[in-house]
Amino acid sequence: MILKELAEAFGVSGNEGDVRAVVLDAVREHVDEVEVDTLGNVLAFKRGTGRQRSVVMLAAHMDEVGLMVVGYDNDGFLRVGTVGGIDPRLLPGTLLQVGSERIPGVIGIKPIHLLEKGEGEKASKLQDLVVDIGAQSKDEAKKLAPLGTYATFATQFRELGPTVSGKAFDDRAGCAVLVELVRGERFRFDLHAAFTVQEEVGLRGARVAAYAIEPDCAFALEGTIADDIPKDKEASPTTELGQGPAITVMDHSFIADRHLVRLLTGTAEELGIPYQIKQPGIGGTDAGAIHLTREGVPSVTVAVPCRYIHSPVALLSLDDFNNTVRLMRESLSRLTRRTLRRERD
Amino acid sequence: MRELICKLVETYGPSGAEEQIRAVIRAEVESLADDVRVDALGSLIVHKQGDPSAGSGQVGAGQRIVLAAHMDEIGAMVSYVDEKGFARFTRIGGVFPINCVGARVAFADGMVGVIGIEEKRENTGKAHKLEQLYIDVGATSRDDCPVHVGDAAMFVRPFVAQGKRLISKAMDDRIGCAVLIETLRRLEHTPHDVYFVFSVQEEVGLRGARTSAYGIEPDMAIAVDVTGTGDTPECKPMAVELGQGPAVKVQDRGMIAHPAVKGLLVQRAQEADIPYQLEVLEWGTTDAAAMQLVRAGVPAGCLSIPCRYVHSPSEMVDEEDVENCVRLLLEVLRE
Repeated sequence: MILKELAEAFGVSGNEGDVRAVVLDAVREHVDEVEVDTLGNVLAFKRGTGRQRSVVMLAAHMDEVGLMVVGYDNDGFLRVGTVGGIDPRLLPGTLLQVGSERIPGVIGIKPIHLLEKGEGEKASKLQDLVVDIGAQSKDEAKKLAPLGTYATFATQFRELGPTVSGKAFDDRAGCAVLVELVRGERFRFDLHAAFTVQEEVGLRGARVAAYAIEPDCAFALEGTIADDIPKDKEASPTTELGQGPAITVMDHSFIADRHLVRLLTGTAEELGIPYQIKQPGIGGTDAGAIHLTREGVPSVTVAVPCRYIHSPVALLSLDDFNNTVRLMRESLSRLTRRTLRRERD
Repeated sequence: MRELICKLVETYGPSGAEEQIRAVIRAEVESLADDVRVDALGSLIVHKQGDPSAGSGQVGAGQRIVLAAHMDEIGAMVSYVDEKGFARFTRIGGVFPINCVGARVAFADGMVGVIGIEEKRENTGKAHKLEQLYIDVGATSRDDCPVHVGDAAMFVRPFVAQGKRLISKAMDDRIGCAVLIETLRRLEHTPHDVYFVFSVQEEVGLRGARTSAYGIEPDMAIAVDVTGTGDTPECKPMAVELGQGPAVKVQDRGMIAHPAVKGLLVQRAQEADIPYQLEVLEWGTTDAAAMQLVRAGVPAGCLSIPCRYVHSPSEMVDEEDVENCVRLLLEVLRE
C-alpha cells in the first residue's frame, strides 16, 4: 500500500527528501514529465487527451510536523523545538527517530512513583522535555545529533481492519490520493500534480509551485481533522470518520470556489458517493497559498478525515480514502471549461 | 446617490458569495465603461480608457490607475445544525459577538434567521462568545432546517437617511462602491486608464484586491474604504470625525501610504477647496495594503469615508463626506 510507504517515510518540513524519493518512484512511470523545483516540490506533469485546454493543479504536501534539536543538556540529553503545530502535552514517553540515520530516541518522562502531589495533573511544557538517544555526554549527543537535526515520531503503519493507523497522515493521506490519481487514466485537461514542501510552517512550497504552474483551477488534497470522539455536549464535529471525503467551504486560509464545491457535491450525489462538508472556519491548507497566486486561482480542498492528526499516531478509514480517490477522479472527469467560467449564475 | 447607496447596502454579499452584489454593480456600470470583466476570484474590473488629449496632453501623462472598493461584507457561515434545527455559525470577517444577539441574518435565497444566545450559562455577566450563539430560522428539526453547513448569511438592517447621516449595515464598503460608481458616472475626460475594481474577500484578508492588482499592473492604486472615527462617547482616541471630509490615509496596521499618493490627494483637495482630514488608523487595514505589495510594488494610498460603528449592523456615515470623496477622486483623475 502506497500510504504505508509514504507514512513511514521521514519528512519533517524542510527535510522532505525521503518522502520525495517515495513519490518520485511512485509516479515516474505514470507521467510525461517530472521535476523537483528550487524549494523541493515534486512537480509531475501528465498531458491531457487534448480535448480540453484547461490546466488543473492537484496539490498534496509531503511534509509532516516534527521536532528539531535546539540544544543539549550536560548529561547528553537533547533539547528540541517543534516544527509545525504539535501539542507538547502529547510528547512525554513517545518514541522518536532522530536524524537521517534514524537514531532511535525517546522523550523522557518522570516515573509516576516520583511525582509530587498535584504534579500529575499538570501538562508538560516543551521546555521541560528532553530527548534521550542514549548518549553518555554532551559531546556524544552533539556528534550523533548536531544542532538542527530533525526528529519525527517512530510510528509503524498498521492495518486495523477497516481502518489504518500511522504517523503523518496529514498529509501523506493526500499524497497517496494524489499518487492514485496520477497513476490512473489521463484526464481531458493537462494535469499538474504538485507534491509540496513546508505546508506545515506556512504553505510555502505550494505558493511557488502554483506560481510556476499557473493553473486555471486547483484542488488541495489533505488528511484533515476528524474529531468525532466522545464529547460532553452535542457539538459540531469538524469531520467524522466513515462519512466520506470532506469538502472545505471556508477555513482560515481561503474561501473555496463555489463552482468547484458544486462540482464535487453534484458528482457525489449523482454517483451516491458519501461526502461531508468540513466544519467551516477551522485550519488552513495549501489552497490558501495557491488561490492568491498571480491573478488568482479558483481552488477547493478535499480531504480524507483522520483522527488524532499532528500527534504520534493518526487513524483513517480505508472506505473514506477510496471514496476520496473516486470522488476526485469522477469530479475531474466532469470538469469542463464551463465549470470555471465566472458569472454564469 | 441615495437610491444607489440604498440598493448597494441592502444587497446580499458576504465574502466569498459576492454574485448578487456583483450583478447589481455590473448593471450600474456596464453602459459607462469600455470593458467590464470578472477575474478568477470574482472581483469585478471596470475599465475606462484614458483620452490622450485630456489633461496636459504630455507624453506619459496617462497612467494606469486602480481605484478599489470591496464589495464583500462581513457575515456568518453555518457550521453545524443541531437536532432541533438550530444552526451554529462561524464568523466571516470581523464579526463581534456583542453585535449579534437579537440581530437578524439573511441567506442567499432570502431566508431570514434570528440570532439567539444560550441563556442558561454561568457567568452571564461576562462578554459572550460566538460559540454561545446560534441562528434560529424557525426550523423544528435538523431534517426540516432549510439552511445547511457552509451556507453564508449577511446581517439584515434597512437603510436609513436622516439629515446628513446615512445609516445601514455594510456601509463597509458598499459606500466605497457607491463612490466609485458615482465617480465613473461623472468622469468626463481623463488622460488616465482608470480601472474601477470592485474587489472580493477583503474582509477575510484583502484577497481579491491582491489578485486583481496583479492582473492590472497599475502605476498607482487608491483604495476607497471606510475608517473609524474618534468622535463618539468614551471611544478610542482617533483624529477623524464624521462630517469633516474624506480622510486621506497616512498609515494603518497594514501599510504606510506612499508619500506621493498621499501628497497628491492632499494637494488636489487643497486646490479644489474640498474639506479633508488626515487619518492614522491604529487597527485594521484596507485593500491598499495588498495592492501595494503585488509584483514589484505599487505606489498605493487610501481615501477613507469616516464611519461610526464599523462592523456593526448600523454603520453611520455622513453624506457630505461621501460627496466630497467623489469630488476629490474626480480632481485626482482630472490630469
